[in-house]
Amino acid sequence: MSANHDGANLLEVRGLTKIFGTLTACDHIDLNIAKGEIHALLGENGAGKSTLVKMLFGSLEPNSGEIFWNGQAVRITSPGAAKKLGIGMVFQHFSLFEALTAAENIALSLDDGSPISSIAAKARALSYSYGLPLDPDSLVGDLSVGERQRIEIIRCLLQTPQLIILDEPTSVLTPQEADKLFETLERLRSEGKSILYISHRLEEVKRICDRATVLRHGKVVGHCNPREETAASLARMMVGNEVQAVVRAPVDGIETAQPLLEIRGLTRKPATPFSIPLKNISLNVRAGEVIGIAGVAGNGQGEFFESVSGEVLQQDAASVRIRGKDAGGLTITGRRLLGAAFVPEERLGHGAAPRMKLSENLLLSRHATDGKAFVGAGGMVKSGAIYAASQRIIEAMDVRKSAPDPEAAALSGGNLQKFIVGRELDRRPSVMVVNQPTWGVDAGAAAHIRQALIELSRSGSAVLVISQDLDELFEISDAIAVLHNGELSKPMPIAEATFEKVGLLMGGAEPGHAEHTLETA
Amino acid sequence: MDITVNILLTIATAATPLLIAAIGELVVERSGVLNLGVEGMMIMGAVGGFGAGYLTGSPWIGLLAAIAMGALFSLLFAVMTLSLATNQVATGLSLTLLGLGLSGMIGTSFVGQPGVRLPNLDIPGLSSIPVVGKLLFGQDPVFYISIVLTAAVMWFLFKTRTGLTLRSIGDSHTSAHALGIKVIRYRYLAVIFGGACAGLAGGHLSLVYTPQWVENMTAGRGWIALALVVFASWRPWRVLAGAYIFGAVWIGQLHAQAFGIPVPSQMLSSLPYLATVVVLVLISRNKRLTMMNTPASLGQPFVPDR
Amino acid sequence: MMRLELVKRPQRSALFSALSPFIAFALTIIAGAVLFALLGVNPLTAFRIYFVEPVSQVWQLHELAIKAAPLILIAVGLSVCYKANIWNIGAEGQFIFGAIFGSAIPVLFPQFEGPLVLPLMLLLGMVGGAAYAAIPAFLKTRFNTNEILTSLMLVYVAQLFLDWLVRGPWRDPQGHGFPQTIQFGDSAVLPELMPDAGRANWGFVFALVAALLIWILMGRMLKGFEVRVLGSSPRAGRFAGFGLSRMVFFAFLLSGALAGLAGISEVSGAIGQLQPVISPGYGFTAIIVAFLGRLNPLGIIAAGLVLALTYLGGEAVQSALGISDKVARVFQGMLLFFVLGCDTLIHYRIRLIGLALTKQEGAAKLDAAPKLKEAR
Repeated sequence: MSANHDGANLLEVRGLTKIFGTLTACDHIDLNIAKGEIHALLGENGAGKSTLVKMLFGSLEPNSGEIFWNGQAVRITSPGAAKKLGIGMVFQHFSLFEALTAAENIALSLDDGSPISSIAAKARALSYSYGLPLDPDSLVGDLSVGERQRIEIIRCLLQTPQLIILDEPTSVLTPQEADKLFETLERLRSEGKSILYISHRLEEVKRICDRATVLRHGKVVGHCNPREETAASLARMMVGNEVQAVVRAPVDGIETAQPLLEIRGLTRKPATPFSIPLKNISLNVRAGEVIGIAGVAGNGQGEFFESVSGEVLQQDAASVRIRGKDAGGLTITGRRLLGAAFVPEERLGHGAAPRMKLSENLLLSRHATDGKAFVGAGGMVKSGAIYAASQRIIEAMDVRKSAPDPEAAALSGGNLQKFIVGRELDRRPSVMVVNQPTWGVDAGAAAHIRQALIELSRSGSAVLVISQDLDELFEISDAIAVLHNGELSKPMPIAEATFEKVGLLMGGAEPGHAEHTLETA
Repeated sequence: MDITVNILLTIATAATPLLIAAIGELVVERSGVLNLGVEGMMIMGAVGGFGAGYLTGSPWIGLLAAIAMGALFSLLFAVMTLSLATNQVATGLSLTLLGLGLSGMIGTSFVGQPGVRLPNLDIPGLSSIPVVGKLLFGQDPVFYISIVLTAAVMWFLFKTRTGLTLRSIGDSHTSAHALGIKVIRYRYLAVIFGGACAGLAGGHLSLVYTPQWVENMTAGRGWIALALVVFASWRPWRVLAGAYIFGAVWIGQLHAQAFGIPVPSQMLSSLPYLATVVVLVLISRNKRLTMMNTPASLGQPFVPDR
Repeated sequence: MMRLELVKRPQRSALFSALSPFIAFALTIIAGAVLFALLGVNPLTAFRIYFVEPVSQVWQLHELAIKAAPLILIAVGLSVCYKANIWNIGAEGQFIFGAIFGSAIPVLFPQFEGPLVLPLMLLLGMVGGAAYAAIPAFLKTRFNTNEILTSLMLVYVAQLFLDWLVRGPWRDPQGHGFPQTIQFGDSAVLPELMPDAGRANWGFVFALVAALLIWILMGRMLKGFEVRVLGSSPRAGRFAGFGLSRMVFFAFLLSGALAGLAGISEVSGAIGQLQPVISPGYGFTAIIVAFLGRLNPLGIIAAGLVLALTYLGGEAVQSALGISDKVARVFQGMLLFFVLGCDTLIHYRIRLIGLALTKQEGAAKLDAAPKLKEAR
């Protein structure tokens, strides 16, 4: 499978270190990649993977350490230098220009002055030959996330790199699209190219990678052959101590439980040229259960969340009902007063105001819902009360911070998310709607949040979780529905759900239509 | 016929400074920077142009001085907003206030002095063709510059790689930076170009339109130029159209006052400003149009992680 | 070539939040010294005449208060707007309209006398300013039109309207053709505070009271929280259930009312009638005052006094040294530039490549995960 090693490694990294202020993001990292090898870089969120590859790609400069390319010591000072060496990178967050065409986007990342038409032709040909077809004249703003990733990949391949770095490529793909990508990667390997594959998805890594380097807290904890390891042993290397597995007790009496959140025929026209319309969505979430909504990013999750939360109102007041009352015409404050709580996808700038303190951020969602506890007569804010409450939440959720009441932006992603979720849980809401509960959150905090959501449901609340992480949904949901292109499938009880079935729905197949069955790793 | 030609000439003269200032600002905004200091840069160009022309006796030197003044003044804006990442709206406003004050101070000794005027083009034979002659071949040099400038900006933005790069920065400076594009450098150049244009527009005012120095003689034209960029949806040929429409309104109300139309002169004078408001409302109503055309990173500060 | 790099601070620097106006003032003094030197004047002499002499006597302090009052009043209203990221640039026009509305009583009903006249005038002044400010607010909420340009265009319209009024329908028939209205009667004049000591009138009291009330609003009340959230993170504001359209109206009407109050106070106090020009650009200078005061009402009181001093200083150096009084504007502009530049230090550390000028105070210990844009 892998090409011949002719002795010298393509890439060797020794003692690479990067420090930001007081934080050592990468601590004396060693790494070797041979020619024709798919090498995994494993680690959970915050382990230093992205920092490491940014140094390999010239976006960041290391504080110390050496990089050897084909046996020669090199200094990679800019992305341009990296490209000249033959290193290409496909970032997790794309660097695309929405108002320009795919060809123009590609042209901007190539340094030559060749006319756009010839670049467009080359791109089209290359994309088809690698099985990732692309229309160079389409506007990026009109493309789906998977299609945008293709532009990134093609733009990278056009520069004929020797080493291709992929940062979490499958996080935005359906399982079927991911399979297509793996075929492409295997083809590249057979051509003698090397791939550095960053992921925290162990089954994928075991499936396609030849070797792996595992990072934890900025340090290398081991090199291994993933095929000789189990998912559990890899996880242990990544996370260290055993992470508490999430405990999901079965639900009693669910059939007779009341639906606390009812969505009936929810329809919404696209608000902007780039947004997804919602088409006749119906769903009930009963007391005591967790319903998961799967789906690749860009299929209407944000729009759906805004409609349910009340940030956008509905014409038909009965299209959203909370605890038996019509809520479609109520604002978010009105819905909160009915007992609902909401956690949006974006932490900074949506769920929390970045430059405001945690205690002030408490007020964000609870200035009307707690009687006179936080806001007194005449609108006076009770700073003592909000401080005390926020400290209570910080303790309950084990939020790590550097000052007693810091600005939201000073917290790490995981800790801020714990606070935001904790802020809502503190109210013991009857209905909880969460969009991407653990995106970008380290494993410990993620487990804590997931357990908290389950416990909330078991205490009698209705919990709705929207997530792109299938593993997570399978861990915590009692039933899974799929959102594709603004339409919601019928929820599948967890006992009947498989990755394949859900994956097909995520890709847009009608339930019941036969697609070729895929082997799961 | 003669009257019509003369009126058309006055429209062109009124439109020219608006066109130049707006084209300059268009390039700046296409790179993602909002420079509200256009009025300040223009008035500095006006006083610099007048002063240099008056002191040296050469309107051409005056013109160069006007351009230089505008560019230098915009450099101040560039350092603040690009290198120090200050709030672009506040900084632009300060630039205008400072410019209005500073120009008043510099210009104290110029008030009431006779200025020098740029000579109109005069090609023997061509310029004397009836009707068309004066319009096409008999205008002041800045008029021709304004037309060439519009065409050049159009070609630059949409037919060159550098122009594409500039537009990409305006769309997403983070993506541009990730691709290794030197965002700050491009923006510096764009801002200075915008300043030079605004200065040139100011120079036109004090060296062609009324070869005099009067305090605050820009009378809000810099602001109208900003509105023109929005009205034109950031496209050069539309800026041309807009500038001429506004030039017509501006001159129209002056002519109406001269004709003795029984409407209070103040009301006529307020027409250009009211027209600006109306035009802005009409253009912004269409949210989809606005979203599709506005440079997405307009006005946002850019500080790269290093 | 030297390169400047900005490194984002994890939290706002409390030290620089307090220091930046002072650093800015110091830098302005230095730049001003250079300016005076270029004009051929001894900087020390110039500064004495500019900053010290105009406030050395009690009656001069009154003049300071007269000039500072409209600046503070308008700036306090603007600070609410700017904190909400709503850019009301048309305060000058709202000032004028407030003056016009309020003056309607003494001009159209000169026979109306008594203690009710003045309060009614002041009320009308606030209504007039708020009504004029409602126009750009409406255009923004209904048509999504940029408020900077609309509010500004309306300034020109207001100035022209006032010009027409005092030259036309409201011109004093006994005024020998001068463009001005009749002198307001005694009931319509804003009384002085301490007539024996100087000319300062109740306008200054209004300014201080307004500053105090807005300070309480912004710092202690839910409304102030609403303003700050919508201004810094509109999406978070929407998540909180705060309406952006309502805020646009609130901010514009509030600042318009305060500007209108300043207008009618100025006209019924210092001037005593309507004239074609009733403001030396207070509406624009107030913008500088608002920023110099760091959008904090208490800071604005100080900033208003400082800027009023620059006006007096400008007049002083004109009569004493023959320098154009526009130098006041230059000082104001420079001051604002330096304030904006110093404000950068609140959010960023500055690194000159090669040298390290970083200040280590408040360098918070970051948690495990780095603050890069890798994970959202």
